[in-house]
Amino acid sequence: MDGYAGKILYVDLTSGVSRTEPLPEKMAEDFLGGAGFGIKMITDLQRPGADAFDPENPIVFSLGTFCGVMVPAASSKWGVAAKSPQSNALGEAYSTGFFGSEMRRAGYDIVVITGKAKSPVYLYIENESVQLMDASHLWGKDNWETEDMIKEELGDPDVRVASIGPAGEKLVRFACIINDRLRAAGRTGMGAVMGSKLLKAVAVRGTADITVADVEKFKELSFEMYNRAKGPATEKYRGLGTAGNVLVLNKAAAMPTRNWQDAVFEGAETISGEYVNEHYVTKIQGCDGCGSRCEHVATVNEGPYKGAIGRVEYEPIYSLGSCTGIDRLDAIIRSVQLCDLYGLDALSAGVAVAFGMELFEKGLITEKDTGGIDLHFGNAEAQTEMLRKIAFREDIGDILAEGVKRASEKIGKGSKAFAMHIKGVEMTGYDVRGLKTAALGYAVSRRGADHQRHGAYGPDLKGTVDRFKADKDRGPLVVDGEDLYSVMDSLILCKFNRGIWNYDEMAQMYTYVTGLPMTGKKIRQAGERISNLARIYNIREGLGRADDNLPIRCMKDPIKSGVAKGSLVTQKDLDILLDGYYEARGWTNKGVPTKAKIDELGLSEYYQYLKGLAKTPKAEKAEKEG
Amino acid sequence: MLPREHKFVSADPNLCTGCNVCVYACALEKDGVFNPLRSRIRAVRLYPSGNIAITCRLCESAPCVIACPRDALTQSEENGIILVDDDKCDGCGWCLEACDFGAITIHPVTKKAIVCDLCDGEPKCIEICPVEALSLASRDTHATISRIEASRKLLKAQEESEL
Repeated sequence: MDGYAGKILYVDLTSGVSRTEPLPEKMAEDFLGGAGFGIKMITDLQRPGADAFDPENPIVFSLGTFCGVMVPAASSKWGVAAKSPQSNALGEAYSTGFFGSEMRRAGYDIVVITGKAKSPVYLYIENESVQLMDASHLWGKDNWETEDMIKEELGDPDVRVASIGPAGEKLVRFACIINDRLRAAGRTGMGAVMGSKLLKAVAVRGTADITVADVEKFKELSFEMYNRAKGPATEKYRGLGTAGNVLVLNKAAAMPTRNWQDAVFEGAETISGEYVNEHYVTKIQGCDGCGSRCEHVATVNEGPYKGAIGRVEYEPIYSLGSCTGIDRLDAIIRSVQLCDLYGLDALSAGVAVAFGMELFEKGLITEKDTGGIDLHFGNAEAQTEMLRKIAFREDIGDILAEGVKRASEKIGKGSKAFAMHIKGVEMTGYDVRGLKTAALGYAVSRRGADHQRHGAYGPDLKGTVDRFKADKDRGPLVVDGEDLYSVMDSLILCKFNRGIWNYDEMAQMYTYVTGLPMTGKKIRQAGERISNLARIYNIREGLGRADDNLPIRCMKDPIKSGVAKGSLVTQKDLDILLDGYYEARGWTNKGVPTKAKIDELGLSEYYQYLKGLAKTPKAEKAEKEG
Repeated sequence: MLPREHKFVSADPNLCTGCNVCVYACALEKDGVFNPLRSRIRAVRLYPSGNIAITCRLCESAPCVIACPRDALTQSEENGIILVDDDKCDGCGWCLEACDFGAITIHPVTKKAIVCDLCDGEPKCIEICPVEALSLASRDTHATISRIEASRKLLKAQEESEL
């Protein structure tokens, strides 16, 4: 196998022992990399039903297939998977920067970390050398300091670091992992899992060659893809960036505002992509090996947030802007930076602050709970202070740090009705009430509320379907999106480049790089396999149809203004959507993969987790014969 | 007549995104595998957003040539590139320390000094750079660009002062 390093590294923090195993070729072909590897490893290695903070649990770092190889927007993509402390189900998050390619050159495709250290450590991998280093002096440091200090003490500026901040240390359930300063493996609380193991960081340095199987064919396809990556399919990301979505979604009444009380934000103009690019973006730079570059670095040069630096994207502008009613970008940039420093998932953090704001405005909490903060929507200072209180678990921040699901259960007083989460994971920035395909995608998303498992907002916003209407035909659309994204998150190809690839080209690239046979059809089936295994894992951990739901507010409170005024998703809508989806998946109407489907995908060994849940095909014929 | 100034691969920091594509392409072109250690051009990012790719600048009286204790390095009169005599080079790395730009390195396998050879006049890195940040330029070209920039600033200041 070329491309792949061909090795899995296992590190046990309890015993301090590490070992390697070869990466099986069949596993590579069946699960590709990234998401596929991560989901498979946690399914195989984690005790079913274990608590997310069980020290025995594995946290799995897995590289995209093309790490260290010149494939546009894929050279350094890496993923992390573990049981999520938010959903108690699949946790997975992806990041880029320069960490992934370094890990590949160090000689590993997967790093599995189990156990819990006795005192804070960081893992230092330098090619074959694997060491646990004391991190007592790093405990409490923010992510940027941590990276700088590790590079300094190792005396090697080429070391790449993925670390947690104070939020991960304090087990904030939506703590993230940050690498290369501005990149985050953001969602589902992977930083908290690291924190629970007293693992402050993973530092890596690698010097090995990465080979490709067919250099000439590889060159031809790679150069073609770089050309495409400069073309119209990526223009949006190279230009305004995803922040360009602000005005588009606001006009479509799909920009959640003030904790989803509405979907049109009156302050959209001053938090728009147009505005941020004109006033704050100082540089657009790229991740390792990327031909299109999208990283819009914004800096604040005056005013109360002078000196703030952050990477601006649509999602944090939603979560820390419209969702909290904040219409000034300097405050949003500072808030994003604080999330990076503390190691908070900027999406969940914003939604948690917004939830706190609604609690405050409804009088369910007071300044006594907030530690004197006037936690009204739109109060930028309150937001930055509350982010700190969440990261350090002070006052009401301690409760919000549990995520809005647990916070609403603890606070009660009807606050569940406006706790914006699915499966315990806070909502991302598409108002699904008026985007019915997206509503289905969100409801069934394997990692909880998320637009990135399926991209199902696409058909709604492009107008290829009636976005206000629920019908069973949305099922196949979401299935297609999920399986495509399962492939993309495994190879890992940046979704900003999704417009330049088709399945056949992905398969060709796979073969030219690895030398393993692959076809468009086969790679697509790998996507379906990965989607199904994720479902099996979630079912094993206790989820089912009832968890494929939407926040109560999305089903009770209609959008108040704009073109989507009056929209919501009724239970009847949701049932129609789910029925269509399960049918398209070949699952039972309880959302359980059937034995036939599992066998077809080569996942028979996992059927044990579904026994008694999945209907076995009736053995009628055998009975008759008998 | 003075010889025309040599041209070298130069990155515009305003355009460079630090993406390393040049680094990948160079190793691929020269060795058919990927490894920054095999690349003759290297990208640097200074946090948060300073980016530049650096390769040999074909210095006059090149310090690497002067530093080599085994006279393994010479400079081509024709195009200014640094020529490495692999028979003489023993990979001591003194040239590497002599270079202020970190533009010369020791190949991880052959253990000989490697440096940009301009790919016979058509550098692969320039061809592949996604944002056209790389170009062949002489020092004089750089000076001209600087003069134009300075003039722009000056004239802009003048315009503003007249308002």
